[in-house]
Amino acid sequence: MSTLAFCDLTVGYGDGAPVLDGLSLEVPDGAVVALLGANGAGKTTLLRAVCGLVPARGGRVLLGGQDLTGLSTEDRVRRGLALVPEGRSVVAELTVEENLRLGALWRHRGPARTRAVAAAYELFEPLARRRASAGHTLSGGERQMLALARALVADPAVLLLDEPSLGLAPIVVAHLLGVLRDTAERTGLTVLLAEQNVTGALSVADRGVVLSLGEAVADRPAAELAADPALRHAYLGF
Amino acid sequence: MDRFVFLLSTGLARGAVLALFALSLVIVWRAARAVNFAQAAMAAVAVYAAFAVTAASGSYWLGLACGLATGALLGAAVERGLMRRLPHRTPLPGMIGAIGLVMVLQAGLAIAFGPEHRPMRAPFSERPFVIGGVPVLSPYDLFVLATAAAVMGALALLFTKTSLGLRLRAAAFAPETSRLLGVRVPRMVTVGWTLSVATAALAALLSVPTELGLSPHAADLLFVDAFAVAVVGGLDSPLGALAAGIGVGMLSGLVTGYVSASAAPLAVLALLTVVLLLRPGGLFAAGEARKA
Repeated sequence: MSTLAFCDLTVGYGDGAPVLDGLSLEVPDGAVVALLGANGAGKTTLLRAVCGLVPARGGRVLLGGQDLTGLSTEDRVRRGLALVPEGRSVVAELTVEENLRLGALWRHRGPARTRAVAAAYELFEPLARRRASAGHTLSGGERQMLALARALVADPAVLLLDEPSLGLAPIVVAHLLGVLRDTAERTGLTVLLAEQNVTGALSVADRGVVLSLGEAVADRPAAELAADPALRHAYLGF
Repeated sequence: MDRFVFLLSTGLARGAVLALFALSLVIVWRAARAVNFAQAAMAAVAVYAAFAVTAASGSYWLGLACGLATGALLGAAVERGLMRRLPHRTPLPGMIGAIGLVMVLQAGLAIAFGPEHRPMRAPFSERPFVIGGVPVLSPYDLFVLATAAAVMGALALLFTKTSLGLRLRAAAFAPETSRLLGVRVPRMVTVGWTLSVATAALAALLSVPTELGLSPHAADLLFVDAFAVAVVGGLDSPLGALAAGIGVGMLSGLVTGYVSASAAPLAVLALLTVVLLLRPGGLFAAGEARKA
């Protein structure tokens, strides 16, 4: 079971007003949920708090009923959480192959590690051609593919993505979201996808949650949300 | 010509030791983004441990092994006990902590062992071979060169071919991303300090028998030269440490022979100045990253 839930999560920076104030949300096992909202809505903060990169002032994070609160980022990852952070988090000094192996290290040993990396190349053809290239020579699209492939290589139970479509060509975005949808269907992966690209995100999600100033103001099936002009206009600005 | 060959060969052995000590500074810089100003004092502690064990057991090799182990343990202990607890927002607390540690360690050594220079015997003869009438490397120089080459080769393999090396590099380049991939970054920093101080201890152990002898300050000059070497090579670059170490060793050998021994440190500083003016990142600094 890999339901991700947070109850009463409160997160802030410094001594300012909290960015998230008592937010509760559940991403059921195997669901793909789009997390929508304008700049500053708290999407990135939420994902980083779930991973323990930003300390929470209060509240709990549960993964499959297990309390993650108080665990370090690396221990949360080892419980099956994966985050693809905003802005192409490829390690620029390492090669494509090394980035992928790094993602697989804690999960797989020996031949299983080689198989996992090979499977990542199958999922993302363009990466296979660049396996010996250093991360800093990759294009934006290749970097985002690598970041996603590197997260998937560890077979996470829950995948968090922070604006994977940012600054990428539409065709690349379509490919990335397609792979995401297929992987979720094939493996039962639970996905929480933060996006400003509302149309793209809702096209792959089952459910959409709209975040505004740190509060969940709407939580509906994706199709309904995409078809509701009033809601779209009020919270998503188009 | 004979003189030139002789000076070059002595410079080569000194260069190997410099390269090794500079490599230790590069390792800790990459692991923790800190220049360890206490590296010389920590290496001196390890050499004293080796000296004491050799004196008690009569075996140079047992002393060498204990010296390396002491360096490794001291590196881990200083990282866990001191460096980790200092604020990291600016490099200053780390530097001041390290300088304080230098005073404590060197004063402690002087209290425990006395401030005087103690002669330390090399395990091999220091009389140079004479080839065609020219004195070249001594057996001990050959031992130093072979050991330095073997250790540098082993470290290169560790960093590039093993999964521990991959974790160490990733943790150094991108700590946050590495944590998101399940790498225990704090542990990698400790491993970096351990490897670094053990390497510095080895360099000091190799150099002390060729110098005045063992004192709490025995590795200070080595540190100053090796720091210049590490900066000339580019603090991030192990290859730079190797090339600049050999280069600086030979340069100071030649300047010592043709000008005077007191001019050698000036020549090293002149080289450092020129490199900093022309290539501030060091000779082997990494190229620009792709931005788009």
